[in-house]
Amino acid sequence: MPDRVVLKVSALSKRYRTVNAVDGVSFGMESGEIIGILGPNGAGKTTTINMILGLIKPTSGSVEVFGKNLSTDREEISKTTNFSAVYSHLPPNLTVRQNLYVFGLLYDVKSLEKKINSLLGEFDLEKYSGTKTGLLSSGELSRLNLAKAVINEPRLLLLDEPTASLDPSVAQTIRELITRYVARTGAAVLWASHNMKEITTVCKKVFFLSKGKILLSGDPRRLPAEHGKQDLEELFISMAREPLTFER
Amino acid sequence: MNPRRIFAVFARQWFLLKSNPTRLTSILVWIFIDIIQWGFISKYLGTFGKANFSFITVILGAIILLGFMGRIQQGLMMAFLEDVWSQNFINFFASPLAIREYLAGLALSSMVTSLFGFTAMTVVAGAAFGYNVFKIGILLLPFMFILIVFGVAVGIFVSGVIFRFGTSAEWLAWPIPMVLSIFSGAYYPLSTLPDGLRIIALLLPPAYVFESLRGILSVGGYTPEIGHNMAAGTALAFAYLFAMYLLFQKIYRDNLESGGMVKFNAEGI
Repeated sequence: MPDRVVLKVSALSKRYRTVNAVDGVSFGMESGEIIGILGPNGAGKTTTINMILGLIKPTSGSVEVFGKNLSTDREEISKTTNFSAVYSHLPPNLTVRQNLYVFGLLYDVKSLEKKINSLLGEFDLEKYSGTKTGLLSSGELSRLNLAKAVINEPRLLLLDEPTASLDPSVAQTIRELITRYVARTGAAVLWASHNMKEITTVCKKVFFLSKGKILLSGDPRRLPAEHGKQDLEELFISMAREPLTFER
Repeated sequence: MNPRRIFAVFARQWFLLKSNPTRLTSILVWIFIDIIQWGFISKYLGTFGKANFSFITVILGAIILLGFMGRIQQGLMMAFLEDVWSQNFINFFASPLAIREYLAGLALSSMVTSLFGFTAMTVVAGAAFGYNVFKIGILLLPFMFILIVFGVAVGIFVSGVIFRFGTSAEWLAWPIPMVLSIFSGAYYPLSTLPDGLRIIALLLPPAYVFESLRGILSVGGYTPEIGHNMAAGTALAFAYLFAMYLLFQKIYRDNLESGGMVKFNAEGI
């Protein structure tokens, strides 16, 4: 159904002088889908996400969100998207509530105070409401980043290693919060990770990126067997070490 | 332009100010030093010759207005640097925030702190040296307006340079008020400057403000030339503002192209 199409990425490329960071990547996403992106460091996962967010201008190709082109409708598109990334920091010298307030205004959230209170409850941040963001632990910070990422109820959520450096229990909580959000809103989620188990659990579809290209895509539960590997981790290692054998 | 998004940028700075009063204290300390130092210099100059104006009114008035413009410029840059230091650009520019809204929010933050500084300066100057800012009359408002617009333009220029070259370019911001003061005619009439420097001065809006200020206080009233100066100063200030906005937009687009936006941090560029 055409109205279910959230994201359409076509022949997306980014070239820095002699390096192809992303090379002709194409894929689409529908409502309620959680798609994983896997790949070794420098494969182009973050660059792809940043191009979809409008933070990097592609050398060629296009990004469409709900049929609108990012190069001409960035402001309109960014109202319906949001992100959480391990490398992006919320201002550390603002409190948790102040950060949510500032970003709520930026995304023009209606009934903002009510929304902030509900997010503080949902993400178990009530007791840190008046705490400076820079004083939070990694787990609390991840929950705050995620609360900020859903403050505008995005229909497209981009996550770049949202559980990196978290202990298994906190990582599990984060995964639950995200899947609950998707179940409630029908948002599409693009999820970059190095955690194979996480991708297998959460995603119905996965892309393997290497040197800026999608080498493989499919169901993370079936892909390993299709390529004669035991599990996703073995497939990842094999692909990272010998990408040429997977090139189509 | 979405007012809520402009307010968001302002609120981010306001929260910082509220949580850390030392930020305001630093402004007050410099104001106090400036006024006391120039107050005594003006008082001393007043003992020479037979000038037909009060040195206290002319020099302290110029110091206060020049300080106000400098604070507008540096306030905007400091607000911008807060985002650089906290590596906040990704969050801001992945949101619907447009560059014009971002700059408007920075300008608003800077205006609020600068107006606070201006009030403090006039109070200290009044209490210590009997200075009365209202002697300038209603023209104080267009004077301040021109200085605000030009101060914002210079602040955007400096922030743009930092955005392009990184925080190593921050040093550029600090001498700018001093350089501008040479050409502003704040301390002496423009006729004092050699021809070449006078031409540069006439391209800068503050020169029209300070020439007019001296005119009002020495002649003791308004002349048609002051109206002409106000029009020229306003037109020039807006021309600079527009040009600096375009420059910042260009730097932003170049950063999107080069990937500088996501890599931007204190050491990143």
